[in-house]
Amino acid sequence: MHELPQQLANGLILGAMYGLIAIGYTMVYGIVQLINFAHGEIFMVGGFGALTVFLALPSGFSLLAAIPLMIIGGVIVSVLVATAAERFAYRPLRNAPRLAPLITAIGLSLALQQAVWKWYPDAKKDRSFPQFNGDPFHVLGANIQRGDLFILIAAPVCMIALGFYVTKTRTGRGMQATAQDPDTAKLMGINTDRIIVMAFAIGAAFAAIAAVGYGLHNGQVGFRMGFIMGLKAFTAAVLGGIGNIYGAMLGGIVLGLAEALAVGYVGNIPSMELFGGGAWKDVWAFVLLIVVLLVRPQGLLGERVADRA
Amino acid sequence: MTALLEVEDLRVAYGKIEAVKGISFSVEAGQVVTLIGTNGAGKTTTLRTLSGLLEPLAGTITFDGKPLKNVPAHKIVALGMAHSPEGRHIFPRMTIEDNLRLGAYLRDDKTGIEKDIQRAYDLFPILGERRKQAAGTLSGGEQQMLAMGRALMSQPKLLMLDEPSMGLSPIMMQKIMATITELKAQGTTILLVEQNAQAALSLADQGHVMEIGKIVLSGTGQDLLHDESVRKAYLGED
Repeated sequence: MHELPQQLANGLILGAMYGLIAIGYTMVYGIVQLINFAHGEIFMVGGFGALTVFLALPSGFSLLAAIPLMIIGGVIVSVLVATAAERFAYRPLRNAPRLAPLITAIGLSLALQQAVWKWYPDAKKDRSFPQFNGDPFHVLGANIQRGDLFILIAAPVCMIALGFYVTKTRTGRGMQATAQDPDTAKLMGINTDRIIVMAFAIGAAFAAIAAVGYGLHNGQVGFRMGFIMGLKAFTAAVLGGIGNIYGAMLGGIVLGLAEALAVGYVGNIPSMELFGGGAWKDVWAFVLLIVVLLVRPQGLLGERVADRA
Repeated sequence: MTALLEVEDLRVAYGKIEAVKGISFSVEAGQVVTLIGTNGAGKTTTLRTLSGLLEPLAGTITFDGKPLKNVPAHKIVALGMAHSPEGRHIFPRMTIEDNLRLGAYLRDDKTGIEKDIQRAYDLFPILGERRKQAAGTLSGGEQQMLAMGRALMSQPKLLMLDEPSMGLSPIMMQKIMATITELKAQGTTILLVEQNAQAALSLADQGHVMEIGKIVLSGTGQDLLHDESVRKAYLGED
């Protein structure tokens, strides 16, 4: 009853979300060697930002027309929270031992969850997110819900735009230079503080776009949604090779597909019946991470760090 | 006329350890000035402070008539100071050409940048031959050429070179020194830090000998080259 095309489509949708969120982990890590564990919550507040915009629109406003406004709302909220976190929580700790910003990130993550829980109206339980009505599209034997088209279009568009930005613009090249050697980047005249803010902002914007996709896919957003999505996206970033933006997207897709296939097929393997189905999907995701780290510690597209002088 | 770079009573510390203990010197436009001394004398610390990577504990730095107090490193580059750091620090995963372009990060004149890239290739033909190659694949000497070429890309008023001969073969070292001589002939103002005292003093107008954070001896390059104590301590003579 589980057909392969459907499982692949589900995996791709999930993977595109993981990949978009993973960009934020990988860019920040690539430049300041910080795992921003609050990034899952940056994603979460983006979802609430988008929802808030939708709720503020007059009733009868078409969802399709609302989507761009919701993206803008979500991106603004996520970027503001992320850049404020950078400025006031992480920057003062830039020369502190590595554990300090890591613990700060975890604290920030809890604070953001609790803030939404406490102050966002009715956020103590999941809030419903607008949905596209209408029949799913049939593509190559898979049913794709209308809302899921959003993430399937947004993810490649964001990746292409980011690839262009990083390689073709001056700030993008400054970003690469800062990632490779921050002190020398300063000697080139690069304002590395600004580059770091840009990395946080781009990651936050992508997370907010992923959150709109998440809301459309699941029909709801909640204050806890950033935890498991953040953890999975972090896994995707490590899987793909942390520090590499294409690796983050690849890691996301691989992880999404692996989860979907595990859910669909592991239960069919003789003597593995117990481990099939949705309840085990997180386990399989992390098993995949462990296997990849054992075989290829630098991740799928990661480079060995030995050339860092 | 005031000097291009004026350093007065500069003191720099890492935590509680003072690495530079009150030094003063100046660099006139068109001059080559060298700081020589052994490891740990504070030469590299001095350069890193001048270019804004380190904050001084006390003292003043005046560059091109402006005091450099609390000016961040990236703005100092904009004022016309270029620093080719110790250990070269090229961007290993970028191509040679992209490394050179980063040297011109603050410039907007496209045609001028292309012209200067060509000039770097004329100065170091090997870089031109390998322009599309990742810089990390170059030999040490070639990386040094790239680091110098990159520093020149900002059209600096003052070029600071930190140990350009470090770790190079004698032939490569001669090549680098010949290039510095050539730059000097073109009128480039250079502050050169070297452990290779012989080579540095031979081409410098002014030299300063540093020992554990202080300048212990100053003079023209030729004077120091013939100074007995310098010959004993740094040029390996008994």
